[in-house]
Amino acid sequence: MSEYTSTASARAGAATPVAADASLFTPAPGAAPMWRMVASQTGMELRVMLRHGEQFLLTMVIPVLLLVGFSLTSVLDVGEGARVDALTPGVLALAVMSTSFTGLAIGTGFERRYGVLKRLGATPLSRFGLLASKTLAVLGVQAIQAVVLCAVALALGWSPSVTAGGVLAAVALVLLATAAFSSLALLMAGTLRAEATLAGANLVYVLMLGLGGVLFPTSSFPGPLEQAVSALPITALSSGLRTVLAGGSPPGAGAFAVLAVWALVCGLLASRLFRWE
Amino acid sequence: MDTAAVEVVDLVKRYGATTAVTGLTFSARRGSVTALLGPNGAGKTSTIEICEGFRRADGGRVRVLGMDPVADSTALKPRVGVMPQSGGVPTGARAAEWLRLMASFHARPIEPGLLLERLGLNPVATTPFRRLSGGQQQRLSLACAVVGRPELVFLDEPTAGLDPQARMATWDLVAALREAGVAVILTTHHMEEAERLSDHVVIIDRGAVVAEGTPTELTGDRREVYFSTEAPVDTAQLAAALPEGSRVDAQGPSDGRREYVVTAGDRGEPGPEFLATVTAWCASAGVLAEDLRVRRRTLEDVFLEITGRELRDQ
Repeated sequence: MSEYTSTASARAGAATPVAADASLFTPAPGAAPMWRMVASQTGMELRVMLRHGEQFLLTMVIPVLLLVGFSLTSVLDVGEGARVDALTPGVLALAVMSTSFTGLAIGTGFERRYGVLKRLGATPLSRFGLLASKTLAVLGVQAIQAVVLCAVALALGWSPSVTAGGVLAAVALVLLATAAFSSLALLMAGTLRAEATLAGANLVYVLMLGLGGVLFPTSSFPGPLEQAVSALPITALSSGLRTVLAGGSPPGAGAFAVLAVWALVCGLLASRLFRWE
Repeated sequence: MDTAAVEVVDLVKRYGATTAVTGLTFSARRGSVTALLGPNGAGKTSTIEICEGFRRADGGRVRVLGMDPVADSTALKPRVGVMPQSGGVPTGARAAEWLRLMASFHARPIEPGLLLERLGLNPVATTPFRRLSGGQQQRLSLACAVVGRPELVFLDEPTAGLDPQARMATWDLVAALREAGVAVILTTHHMEEAERLSDHVVIIDRGAVVAEGTPTELTGDRREVYFSTEAPVDTAQLAAALPEGSRVDAQGPSDGRREYVVTAGDRGEPGPEFLATVTAWCASAGVLAEDLRVRRRTLEDVFLEITGRELRDQ
């Protein structure tokens, strides 16, 4: 991708190493174009995320297992209709959260701890470039998750109601939820110790998995609890996706509003409080 | 081009109640190697991190390539290479891919493969950072600092924890950088490193400069008599036998042996007669002076003389 220093001069000088070195190290500073920096950083973020064993478990294995397991068995009351139709929107929401919240928080927390963010701060890649790369990498992983989960769901007999407007609404919900979850992730990773972020992110994942209408609609909860959990970003996303994909009707403004407020509040706090080392 | 690579005047840095840097002043020329030498906790890393723009100074003036390290950071970053004391690489990133990433941030980088080969990292090119040895991590970090072909590099303890071969490879690379006209600022508490590599040594203690100059200026290029013994020697008696002003310093015991350094004081260098007096006294005292030699004063002697021999807390 980059144009490297003429290797010809370096190799020609192999017999006289000092001269070769001198030309090799002769100062020629300059920043690469922004798009190239963001492209390579995004590639690195993607590879590190996909290679990480625990993250892969969280983002791929668990959602697929939940989808397959609860579609084929009847141990869980998922509500009315075909089991896979009821489960898929919630599992998609869980997948979004696992990448844009849990994975991002833990990854960034440890990068901060190991001085990676600080070191990147000394390169020509700007903070904006780094955030753009992280966002693109998160969206990339989510695209892979969506393809895999939809394929598995279709194989299990999923029959979503697909309309152009519905798909558009679903994508908008996912993007807004990604903004909300990422902001919350960066808020934790940028203010807490790496171990606290690790524990907190996993705890929040489990709580949201249990309470957030991922596996069954929150309408089965007692009234006050249903009210409370409806303010969670995961509930807004899973119920919004369920309305669109299972019901075929447009999601209520409430889901968008809940996600927008989370994104705004956490985004503001993260930009104020985030510490790079 | 005649501005200094780095100019630091009356630098002050506080962390809460402690003042880490207390009015530090030095400058580093372009195209030369400057060593910041000092015990742990002397303020070396604070100073270098302020120059890198990572920390803000609480007082004084810092100019890097004639610019302000914080306000002009966007303009400086492509021109300055940085090697932190440790870390800086995601644990799951592989050595070569991380170096290629660093290269991709620059307009005219060195081909990563050449650097990997030079620093002996080819065998671990696809190894994740967390599985590299400490020395390999250090060398990768060094490669990342120079891959963008900077004008100035900051190396924070570049050879800490390296085995002798890796240290030599690092020293060679620093010499090549200097040859190519790159300014190098490094911190070290390794005397031999400062002495061999640097054009200019700045000795820092308790947050301020206590001495600076070329290694030759600092050591005064003076000779001294050195010997070691099994049993302790009465240094006062030996000193009394020597011309006035002579000093006998005891070092050790290390490995159960005592080491002695005899200098002629301010009166000049030990000559043939001086050496004969030392050996004659040893003969009369029944002392076998082993490893006896006349040697040049090292930077280590100067360093210990200035910063004291007591152990530091940190």
